[in-house]
Formats: sequence, C-alpha cells, structure tokens
Amino acid sequence: MDILTLFIIVPVLTVVALFFSKVLKQARVVSMFGSLIQLVMAINLVFAYIKERAGNNDLMVFTKDVVWFKSFNIHYNVGVDGISVALLLLTAIVVLAGVFISWKMQDLPKEFFISLTVLSVGVYGVFISIDLFTLFVFFEIAVIPMYLLIGIWGSGPKEYSAMKLTLMLMGASSVLLVGILGIYFNSNADGGPLTFNILDIAQVHIPLTAQKLFFPFVFIGFAVISALFPFHTWSPDGHASAPTAVSMLHAGVLMKLGGYGVFRIAIFLLPAGAVHWSWFFIILAAIGVVYGAFSAIRQTDLKYINAYASVSHLGLVLFALLTLNKIAWNGAIIQSLSHGLLTALFFALIGMIYGRTHTRDVSKLGGLMKILPFIGAIYVITGLAYLGLPGFSGFIAEMNIFVGAFQQNSDMFHRILTILVVSSIVVTSVYILRLVGKIMMGPLETNHVNDLPKATWYEKTGILLLMIPVIGIGVAPFWLSDMIMNSIEPFIKGVL
Amino acid sequence: MTLDSFSFMRHEILLLAVIILLLIAEIFIPKNKKSNIVHLVVLLFGVHTVVGIFPMGEESLFGGMFRTNNLIHFFKNVLNIGVFILLLQSTDWIQEKIFSQNRGTEFFLLLFSSLLGMYFMISAGDFLMFYIGLELSTLPVAALTAYETSKRISSEAGIKFILSAGLASGTALFGITLLYASSGSIYFDDIMQLIASDNLTILAFILFFTGLAFKISLVPFHFWTADVYEGAPISVASYLSVISKGSAVFILMIMLFTVLKPLMHIWENLLYLIALATMFMGNLFALRQQNMKRFLAYSSIAQAGFILLGMVTGTQLGTATVVYFVMIYIFSNLAAFGVVQAISLKTGRENMNDYEGLYRTNPNLSLVMMLALFSLAGIPPVAGFFGKFFLFTAAASKGYYLLVFIAVVNVTISLYYYLLVVRAMFIRTNESAIPYFKNKIYMRLGLIIAAAGILVLGLYSPLYDYIYELSSSFCGCDL
Repeated sequence: MDILTLFIIVPVLTVVALFFSKVLKQARVVSMFGSLIQLVMAINLVFAYIKERAGNNDLMVFTKDVVWFKSFNIHYNVGVDGISVALLLLTAIVVLAGVFISWKMQDLPKEFFISLTVLSVGVYGVFISIDLFTLFVFFEIAVIPMYLLIGIWGSGPKEYSAMKLTLMLMGASSVLLVGILGIYFNSNADGGPLTFNILDIAQVHIPLTAQKLFFPFVFIGFAVISALFPFHTWSPDGHASAPTAVSMLHAGVLMKLGGYGVFRIAIFLLPAGAVHWSWFFIILAAIGVVYGAFSAIRQTDLKYINAYASVSHLGLVLFALLTLNKIAWNGAIIQSLSHGLLTALFFALIGMIYGRTHTRDVSKLGGLMKILPFIGAIYVITGLAYLGLPGFSGFIAEMNIFVGAFQQNSDMFHRILTILVVSSIVVTSVYILRLVGKIMMGPLETNHVNDLPKATWYEKTGILLLMIPVIGIGVAPFWLSDMIMNSIEPFIKGVL
Repeated sequence: MTLDSFSFMRHEILLLAVIILLLIAEIFIPKNKKSNIVHLVVLLFGVHTVVGIFPMGEESLFGGMFRTNNLIHFFKNVLNIGVFILLLQSTDWIQEKIFSQNRGTEFFLLLFSSLLGMYFMISAGDFLMFYIGLELSTLPVAALTAYETSKRISSEAGIKFILSAGLASGTALFGITLLYASSGSIYFDDIMQLIASDNLTILAFILFFTGLAFKISLVPFHFWTADVYEGAPISVASYLSVISKGSAVFILMIMLFTVLKPLMHIWENLLYLIALATMFMGNLFALRQQNMKRFLAYSSIAQAGFILLGMVTGTQLGTATVVYFVMIYIFSNLAAFGVVQAISLKTGRENMNDYEGLYRTNPNLSLVMMLALFSLAGIPPVAGFFGKFFLFTAAASKGYYLLVFIAVVNVTISLYYYLLVVRAMFIRTNESAIPYFKNKIYMRLGLIIAAAGILVLGLYSPLYDYIYELSSSFCGCDL
C-alpha cells in the first residue's frame, strides 16, 4: 500500500470501526486513534517528502496510478507536491483537534464521528488526487456530510442553513462538472488520447476559445467553496449553525479546497483562460475581502464575526491567486494554512465559551479573562495572530500576498486594488481588538456565574495542537516557504 | 433454423415454463396452503434469473422477427434481477393482503406475462413482434394497477392507466403503419435501408415516438404517472417506474440508434427539447410532493429526462451510458420503493412527514433510503453519481454543453427534494415516529441486494467497461 492511499484507507477503516461502536466512549476513542494515526502519517509524509524531493525533480512525487474506468481513461491517480503535503498536514491537525473538541458529543455520537471522518476522506482525497475525475468524486464526498453535520447537530436555524450550504456548494460543484467535461474533451487538442490526468492535460495546448469558455465554470465551481463574493452567503449561516468541530473543519479545511482547486485546476490547466478572466474575478475577490471585513464589524454573534472574517481572509487567498504572481501565490498557500489553523482555533474557543456561558452574543459577554484565564489567553493570542501580528503565521502570509501583489504587477489596476485590499487589515484590527477588549478584558457581565468550569484536558489538547503550528510557522516560516516555493515554480510558468 | 435455435430464446422459454408451472401449482395446491406459493415463485424465478445469466451468442430467428445479442441478453438479465428484487420486496404484502382474497397467484402470473412481453419487445426484429411485445407488457400491468380492488383509488388508477396506455399504443401503431406505408417493410433491417426523411416518415416517427414516450413518461406524455403511481399497489408502482420504464428506454434507444438513425437530425433536436422539458417538469413538480409515491413518480420523470442526455448522442458512448444508468436507476429506485413498501405495509403511512424521526427508530431502513436517494441525486460514492456523470459525459462528447449545464442545474434542484426526505428521516424528530419494526426475511433480502447494488455498481469499474464493449458489438451505431 503506498503512502498516499493510506490517507484514504485509514479514515475508511475508522468509519467501519465506528459503525460497530455502540456508545460515545467507544466512538470517540476509535476516532481519536484514527485521526491520531492520520496525524502521524501526515508528519511522516512531510519528512518523507523532504527526503524524496532532495533527489527527485518530478512535479508530483509518491505517484500511484491505477486504471479505473478504462473506456473513459479514468485513473485512480495520486501524487503530492509541497503544497498538498502542507495541506494534508493541516487537515490531519484540524481533524484531530476537532475530535478532541467534540469529546462530549451527546446526541448520536457514532453518527457524528462517522460524518466527520467521511468529510475528512473527501478532503484528503482532493489533496492527493491528480486525476480530475477522482478529484471531483472526493470533492463531492467532502461536501455532502456537511448537510447531516449541520442539520442534526447544529443550532439555531440549522435546517435552513444546512440546506442553503449544501445546495450552494453542490450547485457550484455541478458547475464545476461542466468545466471538467470541457477540459476533458479538449485534452486531446495535441492529438493525444482524452485524459483526466492533470499532469498530462497541463502539457496540452488547450485551444484559447475553450480556455476562455471553461475557465469561469471551473473557477466559480471551486471558488464558491472559498466563499467568493457574491456566492458567500452560505458561509456565515452555515458556520453559525454548525456545531463547533464542524465549523472548525469547515472553515479550517473544507474552504481551503476552493483555493487549492483554483490553483491546481483552474489556473494550472487553463492558464490562458486565467489571464483572460483574472481582471474580472480579482475584482470580486477584492470586494469579498473588504466586504467581509466590514460585515464582521457589524456582527454581534461571535460565530458570525468569524464567519465574515473567513470570507474576508479567504477572499485574500483568491485575490492572491488571481494576481498570477509567484510571491503572492506563496502567500496565498501560507494564508490558507494559517487561516485554517487560526479560524479552527477561533471556532474551538467560541465553542468552549458558548458551552460555558450559553451565549455567543458579544453584548452579553465580558471580562472572561478573569474567570477563564486559559481560554482568555489563547483567545487573545489567536486574535493577534489573526490580525497579522509579526511572529505569527498570519503576518507571513499577508506580507507575502501584499508584497507580491504590489511589487511585480506594475500596472495601475492591480496596485489600486491592492491598496484597497490592504485597508482590510485595518478593519480586521478594529473588530478583533474590539472583540478582545469587550469580552476578554472588559468589565465582568453580571450574568456570568463565577464558577464557570475551567478548560478540560481534551479541550487544552485540541487547542495546543492548533496553537503550536501557528507559532511554528510564524517563527520559522522558511521550511514551509521552501517546500511551497519549489512546488509553485512549475505552476507559474503557464501564466507568464 | 434448427431445434438448437430455440436455445437463443432461453429467457422467454424459461419464463414461460415458470408461468405454466405456477398455473399448475395454482390448480393443485389446496386453498389453505396457497400462501406458500410465494416461496415457489421466489425459487422458480431465482432459478430463472441465475440460468439466464449464462452467456449467449448473437442470433436472429424466425426470419428476423426475433433477434438477440449480448447487449440485449445483458439487459434481460438486468430486468430479471430487478424483478427478482421486486418479488422479494412484495411477497410480504401479497401474503398478508392478497392471499386472503385468494388472488395471489394471479398477481405473479400477470407480472411475469408483462415481463415476457418486455423480453419480446426488446428482442423484436420487426414491428409486428415489437407491437405484440408492447401490448403484452402493458395490458397485464393495467390489471395489476387495479389489483387492490378494495381501494377506490386503485381502480381509478387502473382505468387511467388502461385508457392512456390504449391511446398511446394506438398512436404508436398508427406510426408503425405509416412507417410501413413509407418504407414498404416492417423488418427493422429493411427499414434502416429504405427509410427516407420525407414528411410522411417524420410524421410516422413522431407518432411512434409518442407511444414509447408514454411508457417512459416523458413530458408531455407524463400526466398519468403520478396518479397511477399513487393509486397502484406499491409493488406495481415500483414495477412501472423501473422495469417497465427501463425496458421502454432500452427499446427506444435501439430504435433510434439503428432503425431510425437516418432521421437523426430530426430526433436529436426533438430529444433535446423533450429532455429539457422533462427534467424541469419532473423536478419542479417533485419539489412540493408530500405523498412518497407521488414524490417518487415525479422523481422518476426527472430521471427519464436525464436519460435522454445519453440518448441524444446516438453513439456507442451514448448506448453504454444509457444502459449503465438504467441499471443503476433500477437498483436505486427499487431500494427507495422497497423502503416505502415496508413502511406502508407495517403502518399504512405513506407521507413524507410520517418519516420524521425514522432514523432514531429504524436506522437500517433509513440508511437504505438515504443510499437510494443519494444515488438518485447523484452523490458519490454511490452508483448514481457515476451513472449521471457518464450520461453528462456522453452529452458533452457531442458538444451539448448547454444541455449539460441545464442538466446540472436540474441535478441541484433535485438534490433539494431528495434532501427533504433525508431531512425528515435524520434531522427532524417526532413524538409519534414510526415505531421500530423488523422486516421479514424476503423484504430484508430485497433491500440488502438493492443497497449492495447501489454501493458496488458504481465503484466496480469493469462492469461499465463491459457494457461499453457490448455496446460496440451492438449495432454498428458509431456512424
């Protein structure tokens, strides 16, 4: 069994084991071991990758190719580069943290962990696939468990949110399907056979008209899951209604599929289409960044604040990708990772606060630092990292994005957009600092009972799992940057 | 033609033997033991299904009236497996409700006669055989639809079905006569050579098409569907929606891709428009259905619209994807109808809001239902996803990207109403939820086979490749 297919096998086996578990205790232990093994595999993969990369200059390494549907030339084809490795590690961390945060899941625990694991199968699958069909299959597998996760275990208007989220995301992936078929039937443009293989298609000169026609399909198909304006409306409702671990996984990992797909499929396979359309979509992305940030200011529900913040920060990823610039792309990938960790942290903390005070309303919270010091301290740190303070991962990411976007694109259009987008940093500081000031440092709200339970061991484990890499990236970004930079090189060639 | 040639009619002869054996059994089994006849039926039909699977060559019998080849053989096997699952799912109902009126055996006789008609229809080599098959497959179903004589709605459904079916087959026959008038032959092979796209032929084709479109319930010939499904016994509705529709799709495809190939410039546009109308009508009407049978009726109309996406191509790829999709559709719909049947039999409840909280009381039934609905909606990794994806691929291979785009919009619409049922079962809770009950062995077996089919058929790729190969040997339809 090759090293990548294990990322599918292990979660599937976890699902099977979960199916036979009876009570919460069994279910959570099974899924903890399952995701612990995944984390070990992901860390192992990072080292194996660095070792392999030293002597191997292929675009993708650890490839494995098995024919699936012969008559369509569909293969089960996997392989990774530095970007996939980094994202796989992120996924493994967030999944394990999510399991810890859901340690006390009371209602239908078995089903909860099964859905969570199925979701992670989909995400892993997308990150390792280098066959368009396989990738699309995994992409849809990642989306559909969200319906049950939000619908069954959510809160508030959960039925509405779950349906809206599922329909918008599945609608987007349907649009993506048209794009994929368009690419497939143009993959013989140079006289070769029709193929779904991403690496082979990248060598083909797809006709310009086809690229222009299908780029919007592929781009929108992926970007909706990264909350591209104006298709972002599923995201705040979905996040607000979802249970804690699901918000973490969703904002932390699932939304990264969008940026990844845009990068790996839309821009890589249809470079001329990307050049042709980037001006239009970059405006949408920029609107998303600024709009998300301003919306976050006006929210009073902690989860809505974070959901809009995610719209803003992932808009930044799309923005960076559409600048078609190497340094900005590097920033976009780091931003994906950093935002994944930070937003998962935020949602975990919000879940913990909500579990104790039973409110997410900012106006009803205050002075939590005094009664919940651990949670309070981590919240402050997360907030600071989120607004891009040097020393944390957020700074590295945004620095790269803005330097790249401003420096190398000399035309006025991109520079003005960059300046507009940079302004979102200020707005981000406003809502983060106000939030921290009010609910952590502010005066104690009278309705808080003084003996709120302290953070438990499983909550602390989950939090620390996410916190360590945040600081790790911030203090020593170079190992990650190296890994990513090397992998970006071949992708940028197409658009230059 | 020798005696050996009859071996190429293995399916037909065996099924006829089953029918005759049942007739004899009906006469000789004493009245108080008659309900045991279902075991005999399951056994006999099981043997028939298994024996049918053994491979068979290509042959044309009776001077071209009857023909068979690997694809037809394969499709008959698919129909057999479908009917077998259907039998397993309906035995409880027949034992409990029908044998008390001493009309149990006739149900099977009618069902098998109709199936026999379908065999002849899809094996037909000329229009005479085709028409006999069509009639034989339709008329018993009308009787079956009205089988629950104690219910007024069932009789009403029977009348509706026989009237509209009669009109449809009359129209088809008119079309056939006009085709004969324009070409001078009723043999498919001859017509293929002689046909010309003059106005008379086009009129003939449209009339003929109407007859089959009725059976597939394509818009605008779909009005009978929801009423008949609602009134008919669930087994019969299930039969109508999968077996009857499946065989009609198959024969329509054969007709279009071979006999009527010269008219392709006409029918590809026609199918394009009908596909659009069928998808939208089916989906939009399904949105607001409360009764599960009506719900599945409109869903099956919408599915027929998707099938046309593969048919509009007229290529080997189109043939393969349509057969593959129909096969998956048979399993998915049988699973869905099976659950509806089980619940209706135990509790008599058929509405969507009766399903609220079902997962907490009957998790296994809910899981089967969810698999079936996900398969119908086309969500991976269950089989329906692969079926739909390949249909869309077939349409895209001819450059119908706009049609594919509209189809995926419809897939998203359909996802909404499939999720409504999932929502009722999994998300909602209900004080008076359907209590836990245990199905009998046959029903469980029927549901398990259907669910296993849904899980395996898509992921097991050699099956599709096999169908693709069969399609190439089929008719030289790659013109």
